[in-house]
Amino acid sequence: MQNYASQIHRCFRCGYCKFPTDYSSFNCPSYRRFRFDSYSTGGRLWLVYAWLKGEVEWSEHLAEILYACTTCKNCTEQCPMKFAGDIVDWIVGARSDMVEKGKIPPRVARFFEGVYGYGNPLKLLRSDRGAWADGTKIYAPGDEYLLYVGCLGSYDENAQKMAKSLVDVFNAAGVSFGILGNDEECCGNEVYMLGEMGLFQTLVEKNNEKFKELGVKKIVALSPHAYNAMKNNYPALGAVFEVHHYTQLLYQLIEQKKIKPSQNKAKVTYQDPCFLGRYNKIYDEPRQILRSIPGVELVEMERNRKDSFCCGGGSGNFIMDLLAGSEDSPGRVRVREAYETGADTLAVACPSCLTMLTDAIKTEDLDGKLAVKDISQIVKESLPAKK
Amino acid sequence: MSDIYEALANIVGKDYVSNQAEERYFYGRDPGLMPPHEPDYVVMPKTTEEVQEIVKLANREKVPVVPKGAGLSLTGLVIPQRGGILLDMKRMDKILEVNEKAGYVIVEGGTTHAALKSHLEKHYPHLRHSVPDSPPIATVVANAVIHGQGRLTQQHGFNSDMVSGLEVVLPTGEVCRIGSCAVSPYWFSKGPPMPDLTGLFLGWFGTTGIITKLGMKLYPCKKFRDAMMFLTDRVDLVPDIMRKLGRTEMMEDIVSSFAPLPLRLKGNFNILVVITGDSEEELEFKRKMAWDTLWEYFESRDGGFLSVPPDMKVPLLAMPSKDTTRFADTSKGGGFEYSGPITPIDKYPEFITKLEELASRYKLFYASSARVIDGAHAMMFSFSYTFNRANPDEMNRAKTALDEAAEFALEEGGVIWKPNINEQQMVMKRMDPNTLKLMTKIKQLLDPNGIMNPGNWEAK
Repeated sequence: MQNYASQIHRCFRCGYCKFPTDYSSFNCPSYRRFRFDSYSTGGRLWLVYAWLKGEVEWSEHLAEILYACTTCKNCTEQCPMKFAGDIVDWIVGARSDMVEKGKIPPRVARFFEGVYGYGNPLKLLRSDRGAWADGTKIYAPGDEYLLYVGCLGSYDENAQKMAKSLVDVFNAAGVSFGILGNDEECCGNEVYMLGEMGLFQTLVEKNNEKFKELGVKKIVALSPHAYNAMKNNYPALGAVFEVHHYTQLLYQLIEQKKIKPSQNKAKVTYQDPCFLGRYNKIYDEPRQILRSIPGVELVEMERNRKDSFCCGGGSGNFIMDLLAGSEDSPGRVRVREAYETGADTLAVACPSCLTMLTDAIKTEDLDGKLAVKDISQIVKESLPAKK
Repeated sequence: MSDIYEALANIVGKDYVSNQAEERYFYGRDPGLMPPHEPDYVVMPKTTEEVQEIVKLANREKVPVVPKGAGLSLTGLVIPQRGGILLDMKRMDKILEVNEKAGYVIVEGGTTHAALKSHLEKHYPHLRHSVPDSPPIATVVANAVIHGQGRLTQQHGFNSDMVSGLEVVLPTGEVCRIGSCAVSPYWFSKGPPMPDLTGLFLGWFGTTGIITKLGMKLYPCKKFRDAMMFLTDRVDLVPDIMRKLGRTEMMEDIVSSFAPLPLRLKGNFNILVVITGDSEEELEFKRKMAWDTLWEYFESRDGGFLSVPPDMKVPLLAMPSKDTTRFADTSKGGGFEYSGPITPIDKYPEFITKLEELASRYKLFYASSARVIDGAHAMMFSFSYTFNRANPDEMNRAKTALDEAAEFALEEGGVIWKPNINEQQMVMKRMDPNTLKLMTKIKQLLDPNGIMNPGNWEAK
């Protein structure tokens, strides 16, 4: 990571970072939620610079402003400056400094404690990690893919359903795969984004070692967050496997006619996960999967693809939820936008989005009007019933 | 003080008021070079009624109130010089009405230019407003309050000339409608045929009231736009070129730029001409008019139109212009500021000489862009200098250069656009004494407790 401290003064606080491309609304989740300029990217960068210069003291409020960023990368897409691509690194760098000084919000500290002590930020037992997967094959050398499920897929009730659906779809397609069950460890993507570099390195080393030991050549990740870390951060720390997001493999299986979805009448809109879309430019495969299902009508929300609005769960906020508590909380804003399209289903491809948006549906009283489903669930529903 | 915080929280809700160090720090400065001064409270009202309640509270407590849009003037106009309550108006962001037939829009006091542009493109693609070159977060009201310019200024004057009505919370808390909307449901005129009272609020930088709604004229959005670039290396010809183009009454926008980079254009004055048309024929006719108008310079080999490839036209036609913002990071320092006098076009050569002289003396990177205003009656000439925020010495040099540029512009008969508090003093020092007395009387009459953005337009 570059030395952010020598660069961070370059932000002009022009505010392009707050918008999507067409300027139709505010697209920075924390600015949208709090509306103080201090909660925009420019606000954060100016405050961090002030902190480095000693012009503002550290405070819990300062730390919360920094950690309210979901690292969704909208700012990177919109900032007109040459340093646009470095902004998230600067945010992570500043967080890393706060972590080193032990100056982080309590909710962030609890997140780290969970991952360090339990292997997951939810502080649930390691021995229960594979409990969701009753009957699912454990990875063994010779399997083509390791299905990496991740913390939410392993422990969160909604995300477990997503994982089970994907397992069923893979089994139906005859994919050679296995999971790690209780031996799975946190991927570390959020730990990295929250700036705990020591813990991140430990997690990556553990995972890389395990993958090597098992001879894993290909990983398919349930979560775009894990996919992102494994694709972009793990190689520098010795990873030698190839990694796919499950939507990439699912689309391939449909192309190869190993999965043949049948009628599933639904009007569907799709939420681009930040770590799949803006981070890794995977916009088409999830849409192609949905389009391949007879009866599915895909309608776009006003903000989509690189202009998609984050669910508010990034950077560990699916647990810490620093942006909660308001009708302007990103998840609530997003489900209202989805509902305005006239869709009956809000499709996601990320356990974090699934959790955040499912909660938002309840708060917005849209239960029964709009269903949040993962693409794997929609595909599973569309598979012909077993005879 | 905690009583004021509680009172503000009761008015707007606790989520929308802060007295914490972080908000006070950020709202206590802008991206320019004026020294910071922090507010005691930052408040984000949502309604006119909330603004009224805040103003009444401020009067009771004798606390300053500073209304703020995006704070992008670069001249510190919303830095709360005496602390108090900073009103971030951006939660008042509704587009209330587009009257398609009469051609105006009514927006709330914190609506951004970006939101308006996007709304019109989506719902009224045949209409447009004058988009400034400032970043998209700039608000329609704040831009009008500083007499901002935009892409239609060459044709229709300052953006404040396009205002078609106001709703204002007076410094004493009453709500007042200005223009045709004071007597009619329609916001088509800012004053005529009645007295034009918008002059009590536009150009006053929030010292006479808080604009909570604003009517703005809309103009036809032609189907086609094109950018032409005329180059000359003779500074003495630039005023005539700009004037002749302006007087064709056919050009959307005329801006002359001058900078030492890129090297291939060094020493040249690049005059951007934007034309529009509802058909290719109309566009071609205007293109030909531009050529015919400037043909003499082509014949004398003093200038000519540059062939502009399509990908180069994209940033030239973009609204808002990201290139304007990018100038801040030319030397990887994150800062620029400009002194922007409004002046007769004929002053262009002298101003260019001064621009370079100051850049050389203070070792600064520079650029200038001069926009033709209202059919070439005047121009806005920018003395723009970059600076590195991590280099206090360079920041001081840039500030000194800008101070000298402002003094020079006044000497030359110009009037400083959006002057900082020091430049306001320079302006008032030269002002007809009776005019200054009139301004002072107006201010005292409207704001008896002197709570509104104190420090600005304050005669000493």
